[in-house]
Amino acid sequence: MCLGVPGKVIEIDGMVATVDFFGVRRPVLLDIVDEPVVAGDYVLNHVGYAIRKIPASEVEATLALYEELLREAEREDLMAADVRSEIAAGERKKDG
Amino acid sequence: MADSRASGRALEFRDPRRGRELTALLGRLCADIGRAPISVMHVCGSHEQAIARFGLRASFPRALDVIMGPGCPVCVTDLPEVDEAVALALSGVRIMTYGDMLRVPGTAKSLADARAEGAHVDVVYSVAQAVEAARRSNEEIVFFASGFETTAVATAAALLAGTPSNFSVLSAHKYIPPVMEIVAEMPQTRVEGFLAAGHAAAITGSEVFERFVERHGIPVVVAGFEPLDILAGLACLLELIRDRRATVVNAYPRCVTREGNRKAQEALWRVFRSIGGRWRGIAHVPNGNLRLRDEWAHLDARRRFKIDLAGLWSYAPPQSAAQCICGDIMAGIAAPTDCPLFGTKCLPDKPVGACMVSSEGSCRIWQEYGGRPDLGA
Amino acid sequence: MTHEDGEKIGLKHGAGGRAMRALIKELFIDRLDGQPGPGVGLGAMDDGAAIPLGDQWLVITTDSHVISPIFFPGGDIGRLAVAGTVNDLAMMGATEVLALSCAVIVEEGFSRADLERVGDSIESACRDANARILTGDTKVMGRGEIDGLVLNTSGVALSRRVVRDSGLSPGDLIILTGTAGDHGLAVMACRHELELEGDLRSDVAPLNGLIRQALDAGADAVVAMKDPTRGGVVSALCEMAQKAGVGIVLDGPSVPINEGVRAAAELLGIDPLIVANEGKALIGVRAAAAERVLGALRGHPLGRQAAIVGTCTAERPGRVVLDTGFGRRLLSEPEGEPLPRIC
Repeated sequence: MCLGVPGKVIEIDGMVATVDFFGVRRPVLLDIVDEPVVAGDYVLNHVGYAIRKIPASEVEATLALYEELLREAEREDLMAADVRSEIAAGERKKDG
Repeated sequence: MADSRASGRALEFRDPRRGRELTALLGRLCADIGRAPISVMHVCGSHEQAIARFGLRASFPRALDVIMGPGCPVCVTDLPEVDEAVALALSGVRIMTYGDMLRVPGTAKSLADARAEGAHVDVVYSVAQAVEAARRSNEEIVFFASGFETTAVATAAALLAGTPSNFSVLSAHKYIPPVMEIVAEMPQTRVEGFLAAGHAAAITGSEVFERFVERHGIPVVVAGFEPLDILAGLACLLELIRDRRATVVNAYPRCVTREGNRKAQEALWRVFRSIGGRWRGIAHVPNGNLRLRDEWAHLDARRRFKIDLAGLWSYAPPQSAAQCICGDIMAGIAAPTDCPLFGTKCLPDKPVGACMVSSEGSCRIWQEYGGRPDLGA
Repeated sequence: MTHEDGEKIGLKHGAGGRAMRALIKELFIDRLDGQPGPGVGLGAMDDGAAIPLGDQWLVITTDSHVISPIFFPGGDIGRLAVAGTVNDLAMMGATEVLALSCAVIVEEGFSRADLERVGDSIESACRDANARILTGDTKVMGRGEIDGLVLNTSGVALSRRVVRDSGLSPGDLIILTGTAGDHGLAVMACRHELELEGDLRSDVAPLNGLIRQALDAGADAVVAMKDPTRGGVVSALCEMAQKAGVGIVLDGPSVPINEGVRAAAELLGIDPLIVANEGKALIGVRAAAAERVLGALRGHPLGRQAAIVGTCTAERPGRVVLDTGFGRRLLSEPEGEPLPRIC
C-alpha cells in the first residue's frame, strides 16, 4: 500500500502536503522531492514521502512513446517484408 | 497521472486496444530475433505483481521468458539480519517494521513468532509513523528498516529531519544495481536484457545503469508499472536485443530522468553507505547492503544495543526448509512452480520460505494470482 | 477427518470461503443431512432450502447479521438483515416473500435511540421488499458479553420454480446486475476512517422486485442465480463453476465498478471482485435469452448497470479464469471475505 502511488496535492503546510489519491486524502512529506511543489501538482508517493513531481506534460510524452513504438513497428514490418522477400528470392536463386 | 474521475487519463495506461497492439508487436519482435527462449529479467516485486495481476504472461509470445530476479527486498533479507531483529525483540526492545517483515523466517523464528511469545512488534506504513511513536513514548523503539533504495530514502529523510533519542534504526536496506551485476555474471544466466524498476530509477536516475550496460553488453530499459508501461518497456527491450544495442532506455519519462532526484540521492548517501553483504539465496553482493554511516552511529541499533544471537541458533530448522528453493527462485534460475513445496506445504498462511511471505515475493504473487497459467488468449 | 484436541474456531470459518464450507460440511451436514429428502436441502449449501408443497415449493432461508459498524454509509444492520434474507429467497427463485422473522440480541447499555433507528430501517426495508415480519424474539446479554447488536432473520416464500446455483452449462452467459464491491469497500473505508470525496456507499437493497423482472423475461432460460456476498463475485462464481462442473471466463473490463470503489480499492490494495455485495445478483442465462433478461434488468432502478460479465465453457471445469483485457489468469478461490464482520 502507498508504494509508488501518484496523487494530487491539495494543500501544503510547511513540509507536509495533503495529497488526494483518487478521493482519499493522506499526508505526504516533501523532504526529498527535488522540485518545488504547489497545490495542483501531481506527486509520486512512496511510503509517505513524495519522491518525484510528475509534470502533466510527461503523461503525454509516455503516450506518445507508445504511439511511436507502434508506428515504427509498422514501418519496420514493411521494410522487413521487403528484406524477407529479397532473402527468399536469393534462396530460390541459390537452389535453382 | 491525472485524477481518474476527472478525465480517465489514467485509464489510457490501461487501454486494452493499445495493449493488444503492443502484445502483437512483442510477437513480431520475437520473430525477428528468431530464437527461443529470449530471457529478460526484471528486479522488482511491483513489476511481478502487475504482470501477474493482469495475466500478462498469458499474452506474451511463447519465445519470450520474463523472469523475476532478486527484486523482493524482504525475500533477500538474510537470516542473520532477521535474527538481529528477533533477538532485539525478545530482549524487550519494541520493534517497528513494515508489514511484510513480520513473518519472514529467521534461523529459528520470525518477528511474528517473537510477538506471539510476548515481544513488542508493531507494523507501520511509514518510517515517519515509527518516529512519531517514539516521540510519544519513553521506551526504546527500533525501526527495522527493509526495502530497496526507494524506501531507504524515506528512512534517510526521517533521520535528517531529526528523531528523538529513544529512536534507532536497524538497517536491512538493500541497493539493487549491484545485484544486476551478480546476475549478469552468473554462469547459468542467459538474461539478455533487464527491465529496471521505474520508481527506484525515479530516485537514482537512469544513469546508474550506464556503466552496467557498457560492462556487460546487456541493455536496460526503465519501465513503469501500468500494463501498457510494461508492454512498451518490453517492446523497447526486445528492439534493443534484436539490434544488439547495449544501452539504457528510459521508457518511463513521466517519472524518471537521467539524473534522477539529486536531493533524494544526497539524503540517501548522507545517511547510508553501501557495503557488501549476503542476500538470502544470492550469497555475497558487493555494495548491495545499506548501513548507517559512522556519523549516524548514535542512531544505529547495531551499535546502541548488544544483540545476542546465540540463543537463536540452538534450534534446528524444520525439515521442509531443506527443500525450499527460494534462493534459486530469487536468482531467477527456478520458477515457483519448480519448488516441491509451492502451493502444497508452502502457502501464504503457512509459509516456509521468504518468497511466500512477502507480497513482493514471486511465490506469494504466483500463489495469489494463479501461478503461471498456460492460458493462451 | 479427525481434529486435534483443542482446535479452535477461527475467523476464517465465518468468511464464506473454503474453510467455512468445510466446517459446515463436517459439523452440520454430516450430522444432520443423513437422509436428505426431496427438494433442496442442507447438503446443497445453496442460498436457501426448498421443500415440495403441493405443486409449488416452500423456500426457506435464515441469516445472522453481525456487521460492524452497525451504521455504515448507505445502510445499517437493520436494512441488511431484511435485504439479506429477502435476497437469499430471491436467489432461489422465490420473489414473493410470505413472511420474515426477526430475532434481536442486544448488548446491555446499547442506545435505545440507535435501536429505534435500526427498527425504522427494518420497517423501510420491509416496505421496499413488500415483506412483513410476523414473528421474532428479543434477548439482552450483559455488557461485554456480545458486541452491540446481532440480528437473525429467517424468511419463507412459495415459488412455482426453484432456481439452483448449480444450473450452469457450457455456452451460458452470466449477468451481474450492477456494480461490484460497493458494500465491502464502503465498510472497509468506514473502518479505516478514510475520508473520501466521492461517495462510497453500501449497495444494500432487497432485490426481489428486480429478480421478478428477470424471471418474467427469461423464464426457464434463467438457469442459475447466486448473490455475491461474502467473498464477492469471485467466490460466488467459483462455487457456481464447481457445483455445475463448468469453466467460467470472467471478462474483467465488463464488470461495472464505480470509480470511487475502484479508487479506494487501488489505494487499499483490495480487489473489488472479492469483497461483499449486498444488493447485487449473478444470473446465469441461456445465451439466446441474455439480451432479453439484460433489458428487463436495466429497466429496473436497481439494475441500470447490469452487464454480461462471463461465459461458461467446457474447458477447465470448476475453475474461473479472469480475462484482464491484457491477458488471462486463473482465479483461485479466495479464502473468503478479507474483512471480518462485513455482513
